[in-house]
Amino acid sequence: MSGTTTVARKRATGKTLLEPTSKETAGKYEAPRLAVPVTAERDHIEGPMNAALTLVEYGDYQCPYCGAAYPEVKKVQKELNSKLRFVFRNFPLTNIHEHAMNAAETAEAASAQGKFWPMHDFLYEHQATLGDTNVALGYATKLSLDSQKFEREIAQHAYQKRIKDDFMGGVRSGVNGTPTFYVNGVRHDGDAIAKALIEALNQAKK
Amino acid sequence: MVQRGKRRRTRKFGHNGVGRNNAQRTKKIVKNIDSVLGPGKKAPNFSLNSTPDQKVSLNDFRGQPVILAFYPADWSPVCTDQLSLYAMVMPEFKKFNAELLAISVDNIWSHLAFVKDRKLNFPVLADFEPKGVVSRRYGAYKEKIGESARALFVIDDKGIIRWTHLSPDGINPGADGILSALENLSKTQVTQKS
Repeated sequence: MSGTTTVARKRATGKTLLEPTSKETAGKYEAPRLAVPVTAERDHIEGPMNAALTLVEYGDYQCPYCGAAYPEVKKVQKELNSKLRFVFRNFPLTNIHEHAMNAAETAEAASAQGKFWPMHDFLYEHQATLGDTNVALGYATKLSLDSQKFEREIAQHAYQKRIKDDFMGGVRSGVNGTPTFYVNGVRHDGDAIAKALIEALNQAKK
Repeated sequence: MVQRGKRRRTRKFGHNGVGRNNAQRTKKIVKNIDSVLGPGKKAPNFSLNSTPDQKVSLNDFRGQPVILAFYPADWSPVCTDQLSLYAMVMPEFKKFNAELLAISVDNIWSHLAFVKDRKLNFPVLADFEPKGVVSRRYGAYKEKIGESARALFVIDDKGIIRWTHLSPDGINPGADGILSALENLSKTQVTQKS
């Protein structure tokens, strides 16, 4: 998503208009809203459950733009600290990213053993190795996960339904690519960089 | 090469139902481009190439809902684009028996490579010659840029536009609006039948 807006905007400032100008399409635009509320039972949440600010990301582990956004989110979390809860939901674009579903299943299998966030971070930090399942398996062992259960659940696609539910919830929320962020429930149409996200979050607070 | 010549002749004499007075007709249409065709209007028929030797007409799909997705250009350099997303959401559109037709002014060879690269599973039509005529008829053409606007239409089984959406600059509309429109459409149809 950020990719879309960034590219269009950069070009607009370069005076090459590749999209309708705002004059032509301004008016009653309202950014889409999160259709599936954040819940402690279902969601992967980093930060206090009762934080004033919520940042939701719909992401794909193989998407390079999500990879680029990963350190940006870390910066946002560092800056806002306990004022923020960060939520990650799956949006694997399986038609263009062949390893995206397997990676999402890997993170969910780690989640079943209480290690979602370490695995989530590991996958984004090792995006180039996604084709090789041994890499994640090695990390699972390092995390002291039950590796038999971990491997079996991935092989049996135990969490595929959950991942697909995440995906459809994203579609109904207006996710239009990856990563797509929601700031307190409203789609963030700005750039996926820390500065823009912090700005949007601070505005949502007011 | 023989085929090439044939194609050119077809275009010259009546492609898209636009005859030799194309320039005049285009001028007329241009006057009205400020407004995208809204709900309740009859969707203008068209016939555009989906491959070098195949044409797709809107009227071919009478009896089922049709989604028209006009978009500015093939090959926008992002992780995924509007059309890749639609390829992923296609099974949901199919639940409503809906057909999706994507339209831009790029030529058919660009489209073919684009469809292959992004693994698109629906027809991508070339509004290429005369350039942008169909987009203009729908009020979805930007003269200054020379590209289609990012406009969506949901057309019912009788060929009437039921939902229209024009995206603001640079914003990919996603698929939610289309799904809601299809839901509303199937609801009204059920009510009409009962």
